[in-house]
Amino acid sequence: MPAIDLHAAALVAVIAAVTILLRFAPFVVFGGGRPTPRYILYLARVLPCAIMAMLVVYCLRGADPLGPTHALPELLAGTAVVLLQLWRKNTLLSIAAGTALYMVLVQMVFA
Amino acid sequence: MYGTRTSLWSKARNSCRVPGRCAIMRLHFTQKGVQKIVKTAKYAFVRSLPVMAGYLVLGLGFGVLLQSKGYGLGWALAMSLLIYAGSMQYVGVDLLAGGASLIAAALMTLTVNARHLFYGISMVERYRNAGPAKPYMIFALTDETYSLVCSGEVPDGVDRNRYFFLVSLFNQAYWVAGSAAGALVGGLLPFDSTGIDFSMTALFLVVMTEQWRASRDHTPALVGLGVSLVCLLVFGADGFLIPAMVGITLVLTLLRGTLQPREKEEDAHAGH
Repeated sequence: MPAIDLHAAALVAVIAAVTILLRFAPFVVFGGGRPTPRYILYLARVLPCAIMAMLVVYCLRGADPLGPTHALPELLAGTAVVLLQLWRKNTLLSIAAGTALYMVLVQMVFA
Repeated sequence: MYGTRTSLWSKARNSCRVPGRCAIMRLHFTQKGVQKIVKTAKYAFVRSLPVMAGYLVLGLGFGVLLQSKGYGLGWALAMSLLIYAGSMQYVGVDLLAGGASLIAAALMTLTVNARHLFYGISMVERYRNAGPAKPYMIFALTDETYSLVCSGEVPDGVDRNRYFFLVSLFNQAYWVAGSAAGALVGGLLPFDSTGIDFSMTALFLVVMTEQWRASRDHTPALVGLGVSLVCLLVFGADGFLIPAMVGITLVLTLLRGTLQPREKEEDAHAGH
């Protein structure tokens, strides 16, 4: 058991180290006294919107339109989140209602 | 009283050689500064509320999952304090439980967390003079914290750097509290939590919706969506993330000539 725990501790350390490395790298490379290159400034401007769209796809990557539920829980709850946000502009409400709807759909409707 | 304050102030000023530090110390010694700190803290707290909900729930889920694999409170605290990366910590539970090799864990972390390179690149300018807490702010730049600080706009009377720092700190506090609670209650949850992980999807959808409303040119968002979907179809659910990131960067680089002039118009508009 102690041997397993040591390995687990090493795993946690490796995951933490690689994550920290990734987070600090841009600041070390581009954070010096010199002004940031124009290309990087351009990427900084356009990337956030593109990344957020990518993360949404990442979150929904497991949804299979050809599977047993035809990805309907994801589609319905996701649409509800976007429409609620456009209508009420209340982040907390959109997330809570969308998640509750999704839970009802996967637990009761499409179970 | 006044004398004490003055001597403290001049002591602070004399002992200080770094301009950024001076500004932070000066805040402590003036009433106006205290008001500004309170206002900044309140603003940071309100802005962090949606993340609080998400992080308490997702943290709880993480703690429960970790505990179910035989790793209790200490492990949950260590991971949430040292790694502090939501989706990677979920993946980490699998790695721990399966006794993965250190190399596999490093590669998996590189894949899942490579997107943080992009967050960093877009925050280099905004965090350039972020003060003494900058290393912590870089460490704590999660998806959700990034979604709060990436707009960079704060109202009058709010200290921008302090706001960035406090939002980062509050968010990690929620995450640590949630995962600790999850590890403690374990499988005692009184309801079926299947599907609760959709809250992360919902959060990203909300941020994307807000970005869509705030921007005039939707090309970047559409590029992100399109390239990701194509890569998902080509490379499958487990391997699409890295190709998607490379593809998005390439396409946006190729579009630089057409996207940049329109940005300048937006700048002129915003400046007005």
